[in-house]
Amino acid sequence: MKIRSRGVSLVVALALTALTTEAYAEQTLTIASWGGAYQDAQREAWFNVVAKELGITIKEDTTSGIADVRTQVASGKPTWDLVQQGNYSCAILDKEGLVEPLSDAIQNMEGFKPSMKGKGWISNLVYANVIAWNDKTYPDQKPQTWADFFDTKKFPGSRSMRRSPVYDLEAALLADGVPMDKLYPLDADRAFAKLKTLQDDVAVWWSSGAQSAQVMQDGEVDMSSVWNGRAETIAKAGAPVSITFNQQMLLTDCWVVPKGAPHKDLAMKAIEIMSRPEVQARIALYINYGPANSKAFDTGVIPEETAKKLPSYPDNLAKGFILDANYWADHLDELTQRFDLFIQQ
Amino acid sequence: MRDAESGFRLNEASLVKQAFAEQLKLLSLSFPALLLVGFIVLAPIAWLSWLSFVDADGFTLANYERLLNPSYGLTLSTTFQLAFLVTAICVLLGYPLAYIAAQLSAGAARIMLLCVLFPFWTSLLVRTYAWLVLLQKRGQINTWLQDWGFTDAPLRLVYNFTGTAIGMVHIMLPFMILPLYAAMKSIDENYMRAAANLGASPTQAFWQIHVPLSLPGLGAGVMVVFVLSLGFYVTPDLLGGGRVMMWSMQIERSLSVYSDWGAASALGVVLLVITLAMLWLFSRLTGVVGAAAGGK
Repeated sequence: MKIRSRGVSLVVALALTALTTEAYAEQTLTIASWGGAYQDAQREAWFNVVAKELGITIKEDTTSGIADVRTQVASGKPTWDLVQQGNYSCAILDKEGLVEPLSDAIQNMEGFKPSMKGKGWISNLVYANVIAWNDKTYPDQKPQTWADFFDTKKFPGSRSMRRSPVYDLEAALLADGVPMDKLYPLDADRAFAKLKTLQDDVAVWWSSGAQSAQVMQDGEVDMSSVWNGRAETIAKAGAPVSITFNQQMLLTDCWVVPKGAPHKDLAMKAIEIMSRPEVQARIALYINYGPANSKAFDTGVIPEETAKKLPSYPDNLAKGFILDANYWADHLDELTQRFDLFIQQ
Repeated sequence: MRDAESGFRLNEASLVKQAFAEQLKLLSLSFPALLLVGFIVLAPIAWLSWLSFVDADGFTLANYERLLNPSYGLTLSTTFQLAFLVTAICVLLGYPLAYIAAQLSAGAARIMLLCVLFPFWTSLLVRTYAWLVLLQKRGQINTWLQDWGFTDAPLRLVYNFTGTAIGMVHIMLPFMILPLYAAMKSIDENYMRAAANLGASPTQAFWQIHVPLSLPGLGAGVMVVFVLSLGFYVTPDLLGGGRVMMWSMQIERSLSVYSDWGAASALGVVLLVITLAMLWLFSRLTGVVGAAAGGK
């Protein structure tokens, strides 16, 4: 009798321990993002709101890209619940079946353009690849379109473009007269032919955001195809650099939940909270990026002055197009090989 | 007499025994290091080669078929062109410098070598950026050239093959000078005097005595510079402006763009095999050269 009761209490104690650890585990969500100032802004704008509302602890980690998610899922026991990725990486991971499908609650949220989400991913912030120029080189007439960017007679000077087919092929087609809504699927032959006409004037094919900013700042190139945030940073630092949102290529970063994530339900709830217009809007207060949810601009959280400088501000959004993540998920490998051959020739 | 002889033999046997014991001791002492090298060098290389031959379905040559894309051929040719060019310029610049240093008094030679070594202690990244600052369109060199009226428009000195070669030569030069200097320092000056005594002109003595004797140093320098140049990454990436594509950059691209370990491994294996083949060829060639020099 005594032995049995001792046995029972042991079982109860064990069950209790199991329960409490289970409950405790429920309370921790691990998020991986790009680190640095970017992740600091996300923490202030979003993570703290999630932690407070759900009463959980958020553990943070950093990722350097798609390979990390692949490795985590391949290990069979991912440690991350929620991961930030670049636009087409999300679509690639979704196609590879490495992410959890998002809950209906997230899928049904209003304010997201259809091209800003997939079965297993949803965009959370927006930036853009834009035309930037040196105002000293072009004091009077300013380039306004990609056709101007490719027109070295009208705008003599050296150019810089990204060392990747993504953005460059779109830019070439736009310059060649393809309208923004007819870009995809890309006519690669036509794009490379147009790119060839500018090749000798491209002084630098940049491979990192930092490099793209440096060559603009040093005056090494007169016009560049760059991320809006990078151009703004050097303009703030005093470089005579301006940008236009005309024909901007909107890019988004997005959330994915790795397949088999330990707290995937909690992760879904977190995405839901962070996708709400009033929470989305907060990001613009901490960093030069815009919210993905267009309703965020109606909340009044973002001051008008700041909002106007964001690529996803409705007026700016209308001037550009959203980069097709699904197209690139299917063609990145093939077109990168072709591009690598192209720039070496 | 006989006792003495057996005593010698005994002594000999114990000497052999001692030598063996010493070798064993040396082996046991170096065993941890060997184990470490085995683990951190050989095992990953074996793993890497294995990765390049398998995919989800088992054995495959797909990773190597991919290399038939002409893009990789161009990259390989750029890589070797740069490595050859950088090695050649390093020999042309390094040999006279090492020669002068070897002739100088100990104190002067030390100052000169310090000047050679000084950049060696500076971070590669810093030196690469320094070249960027000097060579770019609004950089110091172009400013001078224009101020002094040599050129009207800035020259394109960087973000191309030229800039990459300049940056790489600067970084590789110490690797050439140091072995050359060491080899030249060990050449007995009496040989040159003997040559002069036998009627050789200074030029003859230099080419027939000094150059052949310095060949081991030259060989070591060429080998190090060439092999290191083949694997260069940072300098071509920053100074090449995107159009100078090195083999190592293709490896990085395979990983960061395609996240494809198999493809990256195949690239690594190809570079390793080519480098080993070059080293083998080189040692054969210099072996022949060395023998010919010895025969003279």
